[in-house]
Amino acid sequence: MSEAALTKPADRPPLRVRLALRDIDGVTLLVLPAALFVLVLFIYPFTYGFVLSFKPKAGDWLANYRKFFSDPFLYDTVGATFRLAIPATLINVFVSIPIALRVRRLERRRVLTTLLVVPITLGTVLIAEGLLIYLGPQGWFNRVLSLVGIGHVRLVHNYTGVMLSLILSGFPFAFLLTLSHLTGIDPSLEHAAATLGAKARARFWHIIMPLLAQGLAINLCLSFVQTFSVFPSAVLLGAPAGATRVISIAAYQAAYEQYDASMASAIAMIMGFCQLAVVAVILASRGVWYRGATGGGKG
Amino acid sequence: MKADRSISERLWAIAIWALIVFFIVNFLAMIATVVLNSFGTRWFNTWLPAGFTTRWYYSAWDEFQLHDVLVVTFEVVGAVVLVSGILGVPAAYALARRNFPGIRAIVLLFLLPMLIPPITFGIPLATVLYQARFGGNISGVILANLVPTVPFVVLVMVPFIEQIDPRIEAAARVFGAGTWRLFVHVLLPLLAPGILAALLLVLVRTIAMFELSFFTAGPGSQTLVVALYYAVYAAGVRAGQSIDAMAVIYMLTTLVWLLIALRFVDPTQIVTRVKKEAT
Repeated sequence: MSEAALTKPADRPPLRVRLALRDIDGVTLLVLPAALFVLVLFIYPFTYGFVLSFKPKAGDWLANYRKFFSDPFLYDTVGATFRLAIPATLINVFVSIPIALRVRRLERRRVLTTLLVVPITLGTVLIAEGLLIYLGPQGWFNRVLSLVGIGHVRLVHNYTGVMLSLILSGFPFAFLLTLSHLTGIDPSLEHAAATLGAKARARFWHIIMPLLAQGLAINLCLSFVQTFSVFPSAVLLGAPAGATRVISIAAYQAAYEQYDASMASAIAMIMGFCQLAVVAVILASRGVWYRGATGGGKG
Repeated sequence: MKADRSISERLWAIAIWALIVFFIVNFLAMIATVVLNSFGTRWFNTWLPAGFTTRWYYSAWDEFQLHDVLVVTFEVVGAVVLVSGILGVPAAYALARRNFPGIRAIVLLFLLPMLIPPITFGIPLATVLYQARFGGNISGVILANLVPTVPFVVLVMVPFIEQIDPRIEAAARVFGAGTWRLFVHVLLPLLAPGILAALLLVLVRTIAMFELSFFTAGPGSQTLVVALYYAVYAAGVRAGQSIDAMAVIYMLTTLVWLLIALRFVDPTQIVTRVKKEAT
């Protein structure tokens, strides 16, 4: 019996070799520090927050969620956020399509893309401060409006202000994504369609849209998730006690004004769930346009 | 495809260009407003400020303790860039060169922090950091900012490393290079452009990262963008011009690095890296 145990390793290659055959060796271990970091500082806090949301300060395990959905001051934030995020996402993504179609043939595209990357880089806090003055009652925008005879329009400290800031920071993002998807479509497909007599409109609906569908779905998801988590501009440019009291404000107040980490985690989980639900709906409905592999240009 | 240029198509083209110009003009005018206001003595009910001065920069520097804020900002950004490079590049190398079981799960692990917005995971993360006594000081701000940047470096570097021929490394081995010499004399020079681009993007993103810094910063560990938020939030306490002076200083710190970054990367790379991995 001891002989059998001794000969057994001889039949099979040593563990080191067996692991190496499956591509696990010293080099593979290099992935561990970064993976551990993400586990400890992303997966663990998220799980911790999820569990914590079921351990309210008072009441049974569902008390936080029950409180959220029974208090209009709290559950109205979901509606307020959707009322901002859905129009902003649709405007940003769908306006970006015709513009990207026009821009993609430009030779000096880079000048425009560089200009558009600036608002993304500056971030929402700076845009909020800029728009407060620019769109304010004494700002240039209202001055031009009254010059052409429209008169003063209230554009800040309300829904419009937040919407405009979401467009200013979100449109360049959506546009750059659409542009990179469009440039990935093989132009010879369109040339072929044009040769066969397809007009621009037909080429758009029958060639570009089906090929763009996949990218469009991802663009919608990323743009929506970004606008849904609006925070600084909703506070600074909006009416944080009224029309633009978005869900992130409720989460912030629970965490840093009421010091109720459990309730704050519950609101964060509800926020994450709303984002996930919309992403799932978008990804499920992309089949409406999608008609096969988009490998154009590489095949 | 030039045959079908009808009048309606021309109008459509003009409308689209008008939209682009309208967007950019408004954006530039907004920036110009901030800059002009920061240099203006008094600006009320006129097209331009009544006079120009630089004194708001001095008062902003003192009022907002910008010296300390800038030091904190650069400490945070420097640490984030360094650590995300040290953690991210080796991980990207392993993912690019090996195809081990479970690699898809690991890639998903790195994708999640980039797809879920910081506001959503920021609150539970800040709760954990405060419990571990990292919250409210600079180490907490650095740790929180690393959560999206480490995966970012990994995902940017993987395709870059994949396009480097592994036979070059094999050749170095054949000529007797040890792991260290291979790393210093072969890999590092080959990877340098990619690492530089990835870390510059991390730098630009970290200066502008508001949410995670905001949730974890204490009184002595505010970064520039958090200090700017508090100044705008409490507008009325200080002169609007000195808030704008701070905004200009913030813009300069961001845009200088953006200009440097754009020498090495395409503007679209700033937003599109996630998508390429997600598809």
